[in-house]
Amino acid sequence: MLSALRKQFRLWLFRPKIESGTVTLNQRRIFIIPTRQGIGFVIVLLIMLLGDINYNLSLGYVLTFLLGTTALMTMLHTFRNMAQLEIRAGRADAVFSGDKAQFVFHFQNNGRLDRYQIKLHDDNGHSVTFDIPALQSVEVKLPLPAERRGWMGSGRLTLHTEFPLGLYHAWSYLQFDTRCLVYPKPAAPQPLPASSDQSGSGKFFVAGDDDFSGLRNYVAGDALPRIAWKALAREQGLQVKQFSSPQGHELWLDWAQLPSLGAERRLEILTRWVLDADAQGLHYGLRLPGIEFPPEHSATHKTECLRALALCGLPDEVKP
Amino acid sequence: MNLNAPLIYGLLACVLLISAPHADHLPLWVTLLGTTLLGWRAYLLIGNKPLPQRWLLLCIMTGCVGGILISFHTLFGRDVGVTLLVLLAALKLLEVRSARDATIVIYLACFVIITEFFYSQSILAALFMFATLLVVVTTWVHLQADKLDMRPRLRIAAMLLLQAVPLTLILFVLFPRVQGPLWGMPQDAYASSGLDDKMAPGSVGKLALSDAVAFRAAFKGDPPRHDQMYWRGPVLWNFDGHIWTPGRDGFSRTRPGLLDNLTSPIDYTVTLEPHNKVWLFTLEMPTLISVPAAMTKDFQVWQPAPVTSRLRYSAHSQLGYRANAEEDTRQLERALVIPRNLNPRAQQLAADWRAQAVGDEDVMRIGLAYFNREDFHYTLSPPALGANEIDDFMFTTRKGFCEHYASSFVYLMRAAGVPARVVTGYQGGEFNSLGNYYIVRQSDAHAWAEVWLRGRGWVRVDPTAAIAPARVELGMAAALPESESAALPLIERTQLPWLVSFRFNLDMLTNQWNQWVLGYNPERQFAFLTRLGMEDITWQHMALTMLGGLALLVGLFTLLLLRKLTLRKTDAALRCYLKYCRKLEKKGMVRGAHEGPQDFALRAAEIFPQHITAINTITGLYVALRYENQPDSALTLQALRREVAAFKL
Repeated sequence: MLSALRKQFRLWLFRPKIESGTVTLNQRRIFIIPTRQGIGFVIVLLIMLLGDINYNLSLGYVLTFLLGTTALMTMLHTFRNMAQLEIRAGRADAVFSGDKAQFVFHFQNNGRLDRYQIKLHDDNGHSVTFDIPALQSVEVKLPLPAERRGWMGSGRLTLHTEFPLGLYHAWSYLQFDTRCLVYPKPAAPQPLPASSDQSGSGKFFVAGDDDFSGLRNYVAGDALPRIAWKALAREQGLQVKQFSSPQGHELWLDWAQLPSLGAERRLEILTRWVLDADAQGLHYGLRLPGIEFPPEHSATHKTECLRALALCGLPDEVKP
Repeated sequence: MNLNAPLIYGLLACVLLISAPHADHLPLWVTLLGTTLLGWRAYLLIGNKPLPQRWLLLCIMTGCVGGILISFHTLFGRDVGVTLLVLLAALKLLEVRSARDATIVIYLACFVIITEFFYSQSILAALFMFATLLVVVTTWVHLQADKLDMRPRLRIAAMLLLQAVPLTLILFVLFPRVQGPLWGMPQDAYASSGLDDKMAPGSVGKLALSDAVAFRAAFKGDPPRHDQMYWRGPVLWNFDGHIWTPGRDGFSRTRPGLLDNLTSPIDYTVTLEPHNKVWLFTLEMPTLISVPAAMTKDFQVWQPAPVTSRLRYSAHSQLGYRANAEEDTRQLERALVIPRNLNPRAQQLAADWRAQAVGDEDVMRIGLAYFNREDFHYTLSPPALGANEIDDFMFTTRKGFCEHYASSFVYLMRAAGVPARVVTGYQGGEFNSLGNYYIVRQSDAHAWAEVWLRGRGWVRVDPTAAIAPARVELGMAAALPESESAALPLIERTQLPWLVSFRFNLDMLTNQWNQWVLGYNPERQFAFLTRLGMEDITWQHMALTMLGGLALLVGLFTLLLLRKLTLRKTDAALRCYLKYCRKLEKKGMVRGAHEGPQDFALRAAEIFPQHITAINTITGLYVALRYENQPDSALTLQALRREVAAFKL
């Protein structure tokens, strides 16, 4: 009963919800309580006040009141250190499982006040501390360990500060809809599967990017850099340079080739293969249950394959 | 958290600043040890060496406690507490490993600042407190933000303290004052100063070298003449040949002495510096006093508890009086006792006077004439006297200060059969024309005689005046030979006009400080608040007013401090456009951060086709204002305003 009430209260007070766009820290979002040091300082002040009264120390009163009101005013300063900051989540680059996902946040300070010692942390103790100078925007990266493949959210983050004297703790909860794609963790180096001859195309020279092999007539849609401008200047008409890859092994990385292993293990091995094949400059295709990428060799292709591996078998939209 | 070197330097500076004023009154070994500990810490810091082991610090702490036991013979009391705190702060610096330790050092520093006020609460001490506080708070800010530079740190700390000043003022005036002490005070809580209730050759002369203020007196109406200003203190009856001590009654509740034939009334207010003694000083002879006090048979005014804080009282005195004309015979007998085995020559001299004279009054006159006629000198550095002190002084050295004259005169009177006693106190005072009050310093300490004459009661006789009339008419600097006045405090001997005016100003400032800051006790608070027009001065009312004032001021600060957090978007066109966006937002149409006005208009028009004209007009006007150089932008802006106002979904 009581815990349910407390939960209700927390829901009402902190209003947890996932946000997109820009968040401005207003009074409603910033919470503030005294820290343990703050309470300790109050005790010190009370002892001092007792001493003042007992010994009739007028200057003692002055000192005690000065320190007391300074402590009181720092509440305002602590709050002010965070107030009216604008926060926007940036994009987080994809990482491999086991690495650190770098969540990027943009903090915009629209005031003439420098903000110091602001700390962003998640519930597991990963944190980053930064300052935001007046009228500036700061890009903050919060590294969080990526543990599982798929989409990873930043979770509920806490932004807090205790500046200037550490007597108060002001904080605000942030939960953005930002997410980071986590690829499967690549398995230990494995030999690539033998290229499959059944497909029949392995021994041909295939169109590639490496060596010049001749000119052909222009077809609408050919890339501009490939147009042979010198040939055009020689009035040989619009021609296009042709290239080929000499040892273009066509390689299929197939889910079905690894039948005896668990799904995650298979994905890890396939990831390793994609990386290795890409590094060796091979043309490779990827076959996963329900999706197939025809052989190619390009950065986009690699990204698409890795993305498919990351999301393989996961429900379509996994909200962070 | 790793504490960086500049922070440790800051903490070192804090501890140095808070302990430095204590070097003056703590035992030498404490000062030396403290300096050594701080030096050690600095050495470790410069050499980047590890901090000492805990057990070593524990050994040093035990040694400190032992040292305190040896030099103070106790582990309680004010001085012991201060010594312990100062040493603790220095030792704590040697084991600052975490932010928490540093916080403790800072809290300790705040606490030690207050102990300095046991010893001095002068204006200088207050200024020093502010300086120290600035360093402490700067270091404190540094502890929280270790990458912050010196200058912003200092700026933030100064701002924090400055903001606290008006709030402190409210608290200081309105915080309900309680008269301490709340619990028993350690014995050494207050220092004694000034006159003692014993007098031996040299005891008053010693005070003559001190320019410390004994009290200040402001007269209502015309002040009395300088030679009428005898501020009565302890009266001494018993003489053992060397020391004069108070009578049998001392300060006890007896029937006060009787005064009649009173003339020349005078009203005045005395602000007495705490001297940790029970007696109060009043002009001879007092008849009324504003604080609870009693008067003894020999007209000493005293209160039951020693004066441990500055005491302000008004009194009424009569400069012309007849004191105890009907004196108790036992008292008169006591006023005739002298050690008969000493000073034979003096006793012989007294017998000669008695033989010449007709009546007691004549004896007194002959005695004074003798002091006046013979070759006596008024000096601060009298030669040493032998066992027969009075004889040596009267017939051999003939050089002395007021206590020598008072002592020998009373002795001679007693020897000649005239009842006499010694009165100590202060004589004269320096007029501060700026503040219109008299400053009476320790150097004005004086001793004189009183003889009892039939029909006239106790009559004041000042033998010093017979030798150096300038002493009672002008002050000590005028009475002393030139070669000796150099030994007097600077304040007492210089008469340079600018210096005089400077020290009058300074003393007036000090006086105001004493009255308003240091002497702000429950009574003063009551008087001040009444003068401010506050009615119903109870502590509840004061507390409420105080909290109200604080809340008001903090509210004001809040407005000021939270003002510049977001610069207002001064672009009128943008403000209009944002208003339009908000209207759309209410219908669920949110403009993305990446979306320009035209893209947004396209999207909005799709969803609200019925408003397509308005959307396009507003967007067109806004784009024209923002991105095109329009000559008549004021008109366009007006149009935009109108359109946005009319825009309804």
